[in-house]
Amino acid sequence: MKSLEELRKIREKAQQDMKLRGSNYRIKIVVGMGTSGIAVGAREVMKSFLEEIEKRGLKDVQITQTGEKGLSSMEPVADVIEEGKPKVTYGYLTTEKAKRIVAEHIVNGQVVSDYIVASE
Amino acid sequence: MKYFRSHILIETDEASVQQGAREVMNALKQELAKHNLDQEVNVLETGSLGFFERGVCIAVYPDDVIYGNVKVEDVSSLVSEHFLKGRPLTHLVIERSEKKNIPLGYDKRIVLENSGNIDPEEINDYLGVGGYLAWEKALLEMKPEDIVQTVKDSGLRGRGGAGFPAGIKWSFTSPIKGVQKYVVINADEGEPGTFKDRLIMEGDPHKLLEGTMIASLAVGATKAYIYIRGEYKLCINRLQRAIDQAYEYGLLGKNILESGFDLDIEIETGAGAYICGEETALIESMEGNRGIPRTKPPYPGVKGFMQNPTVVNNVETIANVPAIINKGADWYRNIGTAESPGTKVYTILGDVAVPGLCEVPMGTTLRTIINTYGGGMKKGSRFKSALVGGAAGIFLGDNMLDVKMDFHNLAEYKAVLGSGAILVINDSVNIVDMLESVIKFFRHESCGKCVPCRNGNEQLYKSVRKIKAGYAGEDELDKMLLIADTMQKTSFCALGQSLLLPVKSALDMFKDDFLSYINKKKAINK
Repeated sequence: MKSLEELRKIREKAQQDMKLRGSNYRIKIVVGMGTSGIAVGAREVMKSFLEEIEKRGLKDVQITQTGEKGLSSMEPVADVIEEGKPKVTYGYLTTEKAKRIVAEHIVNGQVVSDYIVASE
Repeated sequence: MKYFRSHILIETDEASVQQGAREVMNALKQELAKHNLDQEVNVLETGSLGFFERGVCIAVYPDDVIYGNVKVEDVSSLVSEHFLKGRPLTHLVIERSEKKNIPLGYDKRIVLENSGNIDPEEINDYLGVGGYLAWEKALLEMKPEDIVQTVKDSGLRGRGGAGFPAGIKWSFTSPIKGVQKYVVINADEGEPGTFKDRLIMEGDPHKLLEGTMIASLAVGATKAYIYIRGEYKLCINRLQRAIDQAYEYGLLGKNILESGFDLDIEIETGAGAYICGEETALIESMEGNRGIPRTKPPYPGVKGFMQNPTVVNNVETIANVPAIINKGADWYRNIGTAESPGTKVYTILGDVAVPGLCEVPMGTTLRTIINTYGGGMKKGSRFKSALVGGAAGIFLGDNMLDVKMDFHNLAEYKAVLGSGAILVINDSVNIVDMLESVIKFFRHESCGKCVPCRNGNEQLYKSVRKIKAGYAGEDELDKMLLIADTMQKTSFCALGQSLLLPVKSALDMFKDDFLSYINKKKAINK
């Protein structure tokens, strides 16, 4: 048995959760998941991104994966794509670096220039 | 809710389950777990994705890729390619190539707007798309009279076949005071070729519940039943689950959301008799009697279940109600045509390239439905006729392709919209064969209560067999028409009355087909 207040809260939360399945994202993180990327830990980097975003309750960030883009020696590689801004590619990622990217770039909008390997 | 990077929606409607959707789902879960992806990729069930004859279909979000004909053997390569390496498994993808010419038309959908997008077994998913907002509004802000008036103003007409305005039906029962009243949802979808209600219930059971709740409130019923045919196992399970969740959330039961209104919803299962789709036969069946129709009047709205006032509505009709309450009667009136507002769900089957279902505004032409939503005729076949409205429907020829399909326009051609089944027939088919199977069906399903229907069907069947065997003269055709006409005038209920439609339309439009059989064996004609 739930009260009207509770029901409305559940609905609000559910509406936000549903958003994740659609494509109403502010920002997109694309992790390179080629063979070499996986070999040097792209999977852990991906998990780290997911954990960090879940922990912070960010609802407008999409994480997807892609194949190798040709920066094999710099793997793990991830792109951060934001509408209206140039695409930023980070390289040599680790789980720690992923957390910093979420904190500085995704949340605060400050590009982490130390990790950038390519930019449009 | 946990954060997942990807969601797999696997359709688990009746057809897909038969083709192994459950096995595919289990295999997917195992395979994902094997690759430690089960914390990243979420596997959900959903209703039909709208593709037919494509085996098990799954949709992957946010990538927006749809795979078809997925088998258990494909799962390991699917997981390793798509989810591990991020490359869609191209030979199974059906979205990109087909979506171009087969629009799913989600933007125009009302009753099926969520099917294929949400998990029908999760009430939170339904809430997430604005579910139960209409119920809240009706319960807390509207008087029962206002609800009846809104539905009346919207012009919503019954989608079960006859097209009776729903608001007017409610207004008969609503003012009756001092007795137990009931709402019964007719989910006994027995019309051959019709499976729209099944897809609504499988894909979005909460929408039906919400509509049922609003209808109950409007007419003052504290008990509602969903009469559903026993073959629809999955619908029954999903609806029961939805009902349980609604109780848990306090949307059903006593003193709902502290409004003082009580409501219980229960599922009744039928045993698959066509006649039980007739509302008074349905009520007889619910009372535990043999399913035969009652004398009308009194109509069920005054004396129905247990001799108490009962509103009987079709699933699709009721599924329109939440949207009408949310967005208002004027919004609804703007969709479709002036006489028949709203959308209609059609099931398209037979000789079209992509059999399936579509929900389109009322007044869409048959040509558009076949060419756009059915993908045109099957390769190498030409259109001859379409049997519209199920077995109790009418054969339309190619001269009728541009008729706007709604209650009003079709009535001008003495045709009916019926249940919304469109069976497309190619030019290699002899209409006599089609008519034979239609009559055979009615002969089998006649309940036997009244003579015209019981004997008429038998005689029609004999006639059509005689014609096919080549023993009949041309007078046999007049005889058939006379019998069907008599049945239409004298039968007790719609079952016997509606046979005139297919018989007359077949004879009018495709007389040559009949003549090809006539007097073939004149020499031995007795």
